[in-house]
Amino acid sequence: MEGNGQMPVVEVHDLVKQYRKSKVNAVDGVSFAVRRGEVFGLLGPNGAGKTTTVGILTTRVRRTGGTARVSGVDVGVDPVRARSLVAVVPQRNNLDRSLSIRQNLLFHAAYHGVPAAERTRRADALLEEFGLAERANDKPDMFSGGQAQRVMVARALMHAPEVLFLDEPTTGLDPAARLFVWDRVRDLKARGVTIVLTTHDMDEATELADRVGIMDHGKLLALDTPAALTRGLPGRTTLEVAVVLNGTPPDDLLAELGALDGVERVERVAAAGPPGGWPPMGGAMGGPPAGPPAGPPAAAVAQRELRARLYLAGDAPLLVAPVAAVVAAHQAQLTDVTIGAPSLEDVFIALTGRALR
Amino acid sequence: MTTTTSPTPTTTAGPDPRGPAAGPTRAFLAVLWRDLYVTGRELPVFLAQVVLQPLFLLFVFGKVLGDLGFTQPGYTRVLFPGIVALTAFVTGLQSTAFPLVIDFSFTKEIEDRLLAPLPVGMVAVEKVVFASLRALLAALVMLPVGVWILGSIPWRSSGVPLFVTVLILGCLVGSCLGMILGTAVPPNRINVMFALILTPLLFTGASQYPWASLDSLPWFQVVTALNPLTYVSEGMRAALVPEVPHMQPWVSVLVLVVTIVVSLAAGIRLFLRRAID
Repeated sequence: MEGNGQMPVVEVHDLVKQYRKSKVNAVDGVSFAVRRGEVFGLLGPNGAGKTTTVGILTTRVRRTGGTARVSGVDVGVDPVRARSLVAVVPQRNNLDRSLSIRQNLLFHAAYHGVPAAERTRRADALLEEFGLAERANDKPDMFSGGQAQRVMVARALMHAPEVLFLDEPTTGLDPAARLFVWDRVRDLKARGVTIVLTTHDMDEATELADRVGIMDHGKLLALDTPAALTRGLPGRTTLEVAVVLNGTPPDDLLAELGALDGVERVERVAAAGPPGGWPPMGGAMGGPPAGPPAGPPAAAVAQRELRARLYLAGDAPLLVAPVAAVVAAHQAQLTDVTIGAPSLEDVFIALTGRALR
Repeated sequence: MTTTTSPTPTTTAGPDPRGPAAGPTRAFLAVLWRDLYVTGRELPVFLAQVVLQPLFLLFVFGKVLGDLGFTQPGYTRVLFPGIVALTAFVTGLQSTAFPLVIDFSFTKEIEDRLLAPLPVGMVAVEKVVFASLRALLAALVMLPVGVWILGSIPWRSSGVPLFVTVLILGCLVGSCLGMILGTAVPPNRINVMFALILTPLLFTGASQYPWASLDSLPWFQVVTALNPLTYVSEGMRAALVPEVPHMQPWVSVLVLVVTIVVSLAAGIRLFLRRAID
């Protein structure tokens, strides 16, 4: 900590939570700090301890051990003060069904002691900004999941919290609503709001978070920027090439590609590889890179065409030219090159040996 | 996205930027105001909901049976104070029990208030205060209802202080017990709860008969003595119809105060267990 200006907004140290009837720790010695203005993601499968960690920070769960602070306030020691500093957007709709949308916002601010004139001003501004102005007097039970989500984010901002906690903000939303939430998060970040979000969606973590903590079984396995996390994976950058062989024996070509400087390993893959090129591995069913080599396609095609995936130690673009040279030297024809960047999914697999979902 | 009018987070990490005004008392009043506001908007529905049952009890037992000659002429003087007690007690009980079961188990609406800057125990106290206010209103409405149905109600000005005391205690004791029910009963048992708990409470509370006259039915006298409603009913009779045999008022008041203190403490504990993991 370098002075007050750099004091982390959220500080968690050796946090432990064991629920009453459970034998294992739901959160098991987690430590991290979130800087002001940062979007911090907790990524992990269901049951990893993300929601419990957020629950402790928002005073709804009592910790078993360790410390958790928000703006320097220990949430276990002074939960009342802590509650004025945080806001939560929960996974499920908990809007007040007896009140209109606008009243939901106004009463929330009243609970937090925001003066009447100020809460009216804020409510009107937020309703406008979130595209809710026309439905301000509707009751929440008429709202879809995405709209309710929007209202809950607006409500959370009514008392100008130091940290906004978003628990699985897009789980169960349709793609359009999901993109809307993503845009909202980016706006909030631009505005300087500190955000802690939990997700089991690696795309979401990659898209939104400045830094990502990967959690599993109550432990924080890794913590860094998405780029640094994936960069730390040797052999996870891939180059996938498609070649028309023109009579060249495929094994010779594979051997020579594998011998190139910077190539750690080469494997033959099915001719119909992933179209987009990202991510070429570690999809929903993905396993570690040494997954079963895809069986060769129809024999005729196999003799004419080769698809190979090169696992690289370094940057993929630097290897495009050497690969092309090798292919050309064999009188074969390069038809497709795809660079595969490793994803957080791959990081998770590398850390736990299994897929995220 | 412009940021001109939206609230932005404060950038100081020092003292509470919202100042001392954001105190727990203020939050408590805001939470109470929310409940009063919602009830106030649905006042006719609320009154219909809570007054209908005692109204029919009064009508059938006080008016119909009396007019048909099945009850003695003085019975309405026994019944009316008991019905006021019953209304206060049951309205208080239902006003905490029902919403808490629904809030904690289904809608989770209460979460926004659990995250307000006040101790969670004070949210529980707010529920009791609010439920008691509802109960008070419902019981007071029984006075004109009684005049309307029975033609006149037993009333004496010297009994008013005791009437008010017992009425308030009756509202509180019902609300506190309702909080225990609302936080202890699992949601899938709510129907069973009302069949197994509420119905016996209604009929073992000495509302429809004076407790002292149960001499001839000693086992039932013991059972009724375990129901806090008995002490509300008996206190009401001591205030309004002292000529009817009744418990000593100080016994009623003492038992009610002790029950309120114990059940409030237990209710808050259970509430905290539901509110915080």
